[in-house]
Amino acid sequence: MIRLIPEREAQIVRKQSGQPGPKLACDRKSVSGSVSQRACAFCGSRVVLYPIADALHIVHGPIGCAVYNWDIRGALSSGPQLHRNSFSTDLQEMEVIYGGEKKLLQALRELIDRYQPKAAFVYSTCIVGVIGDDVNAVCRQVAKEKGIAVIPVASEGFRGTKKTGYMAACEAAYQLVGTRSTEGIGPHSLNILGDFNIAGESWIIRRYFEEMGVQVVATITGDGRVDDLRRCHGAKLNLVQCSGSMTHLAKLLERDHGIPMRRVSFFGLEDTAAALYEAAKFFGDAEILQRTQALVSREVGRVYPELARYREKLAGKKAALYVGGAFKAFSLVKALKLLGMQTVLAGTQTGNAEDYELLREICDDGTVIVDDSNPVELAKFMLELDVDLFIGGVKERPIAYKLGVGFCDHNHERKIPLAGFEGMLHFAREIHGTVMSPVWQFVPRRAKTTRPTAPAPLGNFQSEPPTGAPAPIEEALA
Amino acid sequence: MPHSHGSQGCCAYHRSHLTRHYKEPVIATTSAFTEGASVFGGLANMTQALSNIFSIYNPEIVAVHTTCLSEVIGDDIPMMIKKAQDEGIIPPGKTVIHANTPSFVGSHITGFANMTTAMVRYFAQRTTNAKNQINLIPGFVDPADMRELKRIAHEMGVKLVMFPDTSDVLDLPQTGVYHMYPKGGTTSAALKSTGDSLATLALGYFSAHPAAVELDEKCNVPCAFLEMPIGLTQTDRLIHALRNYAGVDVPASLNYERGRLLDVMSDMHQYFHGKRVAVAGDPDNVISLVQFLTELDMKPVYVITGSPGNHFESRVRELLKEQAPDAKIKQNADLFDLHQWIKNGPVDLLIGNSYCKHIARAENLPFVRFGFPVLDRMSHRLFPTVGYTGALRLLDKIIDALLDKQDRECPDEWFELVQ
Repeated sequence: MIRLIPEREAQIVRKQSGQPGPKLACDRKSVSGSVSQRACAFCGSRVVLYPIADALHIVHGPIGCAVYNWDIRGALSSGPQLHRNSFSTDLQEMEVIYGGEKKLLQALRELIDRYQPKAAFVYSTCIVGVIGDDVNAVCRQVAKEKGIAVIPVASEGFRGTKKTGYMAACEAAYQLVGTRSTEGIGPHSLNILGDFNIAGESWIIRRYFEEMGVQVVATITGDGRVDDLRRCHGAKLNLVQCSGSMTHLAKLLERDHGIPMRRVSFFGLEDTAAALYEAAKFFGDAEILQRTQALVSREVGRVYPELARYREKLAGKKAALYVGGAFKAFSLVKALKLLGMQTVLAGTQTGNAEDYELLREICDDGTVIVDDSNPVELAKFMLELDVDLFIGGVKERPIAYKLGVGFCDHNHERKIPLAGFEGMLHFAREIHGTVMSPVWQFVPRRAKTTRPTAPAPLGNFQSEPPTGAPAPIEEALA
Repeated sequence: MPHSHGSQGCCAYHRSHLTRHYKEPVIATTSAFTEGASVFGGLANMTQALSNIFSIYNPEIVAVHTTCLSEVIGDDIPMMIKKAQDEGIIPPGKTVIHANTPSFVGSHITGFANMTTAMVRYFAQRTTNAKNQINLIPGFVDPADMRELKRIAHEMGVKLVMFPDTSDVLDLPQTGVYHMYPKGGTTSAALKSTGDSLATLALGYFSAHPAAVELDEKCNVPCAFLEMPIGLTQTDRLIHALRNYAGVDVPASLNYERGRLLDVMSDMHQYFHGKRVAVAGDPDNVISLVQFLTELDMKPVYVITGSPGNHFESRVRELLKEQAPDAKIKQNADLFDLHQWIKNGPVDLLIGNSYCKHIARAENLPFVRFGFPVLDRMSHRLFPTVGYTGALRLLDKIIDALLDKQDRECPDEWFELVQ
């Protein structure tokens, strides 16, 4: 029996029917001495701004921090590939003693001359915070010299978890906002926040809106461009997908430019449809609504027959998920339900109290809900709950495989787009491929047990179209 | 249990990075520094961490490595360890060791060497019972390499203490069970006994020699400063040293292995002759690889390492004085340098870690993955590059890379069935 760290017990709950149950403790710092799956503020800032493809990203600090996030995220760009470089000032012992400002200045000048970026982001690491480099002054000086925005990101690792870094990134990105003309932005326009174009997902979503007749001003930050950010304050609506990382930016835009925000998710049929309708409803334009309805009907109709086939195979299988943010967790629980699967473990690195309450609501009885987990706990629950599938990121993958459990990367190492209607199909294919893989029959632990495989009937597809929408999805399917 | 004394990210990042290379769960704990720790020091974090680690994860050893932040704020790790000991936080019989590994000094090879040296500093003891065993410090190589080194010693009947040893730790079989502390690797008892060994063989100037020096100074164990056994000559040297220090004969089986390697080198030598090669990687690995390439009559014209160290340049220069006297050799270099050189003077083959794939693609080069990290293929953790067997594998990969490109791109009339 694997024990839990006593301090962590409050961060794990099991849902019981009809009872409110104990509140899950979250928003806590990780316990010193735990094998936390979390990263730091620097990591949070880096992942949020990384996809801005025509900006220069330079990590001010010793080399390690830059190396570890060098070209590891599949945030695709349709144009420049500059963001894939992880430039570093590579601070050495002498600079740690005497300060790294000169080196930063020199690096910025050299890189800006060579690559002619539209803007530069300068990420502070722990060291910079301690040795007291005046990064802001250097940035101001270079900005003046080179005529581009040079933006410091207050991303010192010790400042906190990734969440702290998200805030710093939003603050940094916001410095660009409002610096370019909004000419040509129409009344039916929006920004997509918190999609990072992993495996090309922003492209899928953008295509939907274009078909609906809605102008996408900026995708922030997936396939992001500096100039789009600079004029994104002209959009009429902000759709926030990864709420953990981008809510702050959306709030700034709401505060200063009066742009309302909506939390949405593009994972799963239900949530994708809801997100598109949300936008359509917002603009209140009959034609847009009609086009949206046509799009949803067509896309759902296209993927549904194949999904139904997977559902037959996957019904009753058990899934565990451990992801970064909570909103993704909600979508995944729903998407798994659509595939007839049961989520028996749901956890996030950075969810808040409200998130976990909602997560508890949508999960089945008995589901274990965890905050800021670690490999020992995850392994323990995977075995105890006898899961068939684990959804997580790079650090969880080998644990799942060692235990003989199917795995789906729903983090930045996913290679196929999982967003949108077609993304749901990809998701189902991937889940089916991994859960049903013949390899698991050879796993010693599995070889002895027989698994129930009773197919469940295909349930009704539930989605609430907005009032006044021409036809619900069920009819579209008929 | 490796323990990262710093912010959470340091720990998460290296775990992810190592996981991508080894395709294995990689665990480590973190002191989880906060803004407070950066002002008041990390003592409280360390104390709580050690207490939690021993009570929950129950390791024999906690190996603390420092981070930029803990070094700059001046955390004194030995003092912290001593305090934890005095306060009874470290259970009896358990050990906490440490190495200083700030990112602003040297490279990951520096950290590797420092932690290997720490193993000696904290464990090695000289007793009156001399042991009929050899210490082997393999340097920064993959689990498959470490397994291969142990196999060679076993073939020769030499008892080894190898450290560090990632075999059966970072290349575990699929059992359906997750082991936090796998059965493989070096034990603390074996580490203690290194002070009583006949000799230490250290395979690599940068990654292995410092620990051997420490062992010599601390326990007076004679040491042989070798290089990594990559290729024919370097493997010969290792086997020669094992034979001499352990007083054993080289078994026929190893002679046969050597013979098979030599046979392939003879059969295929025309494909290697004169080929211009660019090599990038960790210094010890590259030095030996360069020597192997010269044995194949290839021309390593550009040779770089990201790690600092003058020895790298002088040693590679010496190895290349006959075959490529004009070679560009650079320590503390980056791939941008290498790419520029290649653009100005093309090569026939590129050998390096996964980061080189950008250059390979841009310049349409045959590319052999070698060293650390390999993030996009899997065979590095299964098949060695050291020893005669490892050399055969490298040959195979080099030939495949060269001929696959030729088969894909040559004009029809030059497309040949038989090579």
